[in-house]
Amino acid sequence: MQEPFVKTEIRKDENIVYKRTDLLVDRPLSYCPGCGHGVVHRMLMETLEEMNIQDKTIGVSPVGCSVLAYDFMNIDMVGAAHGRAPALATAIKRLWPNRFVFTYQGDGDLAAIGTAETIHACNRGENFTIIFINNGIYGMTGGQMAPTTLPGMRSSTSPYGRDVPTMGHPLRITELIANLPGVYYVTRQAVHTPSHVRKTKKAIRKAMEQQKENKGIAFVEVVSNCNSGWKMTPVQSNIWMEENMFPFYPLGDIKVDGKLIQSSEIAK
Amino acid sequence: MAKIKGDILVNVERCKGCEVCIAACPSATIAMSKEVNGKGYHFAMKINNDCTGCMNCAIVCPDGVITVFRGKVSE
Repeated sequence: MQEPFVKTEIRKDENIVYKRTDLLVDRPLSYCPGCGHGVVHRMLMETLEEMNIQDKTIGVSPVGCSVLAYDFMNIDMVGAAHGRAPALATAIKRLWPNRFVFTYQGDGDLAAIGTAETIHACNRGENFTIIFINNGIYGMTGGQMAPTTLPGMRSSTSPYGRDVPTMGHPLRITELIANLPGVYYVTRQAVHTPSHVRKTKKAIRKAMEQQKENKGIAFVEVVSNCNSGWKMTPVQSNIWMEENMFPFYPLGDIKVDGKLIQSSEIAK
Repeated sequence: MAKIKGDILVNVERCKGCEVCIAACPSATIAMSKEVNGKGYHFAMKINNDCTGCMNCAIVCPDGVITVFRGKVSE
């Protein structure tokens, strides 16, 4: 395959300004084209590389699309039972208090089957980082309705849209756990545009650095797309996410340094 | 006069053709190829010389297939 428009005078090793980090194992990611998981994996690994803590970090992978996260991240990882990643991370952090521990969970794992573990780990004020990918759907099993599915949103088990009187209200678990005293830092970000990706990376960096202070849980929610589950192209799903997900899941910091902010906006 | 220009190198076999980089590129430098790679995806490719090396495409790429170069060009 010929490549037109190659600038050979620039294409040298000393001119590289961005390259996939070596902390991601050199194999293709198992995610669908356009999925936000890949970006979050890369930002997490870049953060660990910049902080130079890759040999002191232990990750806990969930059940869901990201169940194979340990296959892609070149650090020590443990696979948890469905929803039990915060319980496992609690044990790891208590046995290895000098290590950096994070869990990487989706909304089916953290907000559905693992709600009890999440809330209790947050309420106890454990000192690890939770990275929560929210796409409003059970992506891995075929796009069924999740607790985080928006009102009126179509999924394979709510084909006429989520009907709130019969199917209940969506769960804003991030705002729920932000009110708990054991939680120190809560933020909600996205990864569909370059500026949002940069903000997400800063949030992950802050969340990992706060483990040194032993103040409590740092919780980073990333609102992501699921173009396969939503039955859209990746670019369409990013636009749909901006128009529909962000009004219900507003981006920004929710709790910084143990103090709640923008609580009036969340109340509505 | 020397100008700062950029270039991208796409790992063709890893690209899944999601087109997120096209939406992120400010100079409309990237488009999908007509050919397909080994997995049957149309892959991203450079279609002009306007690249500034801003890294936007590489940052949003879910699979991290894009390597970005930036340097001086004598023109």
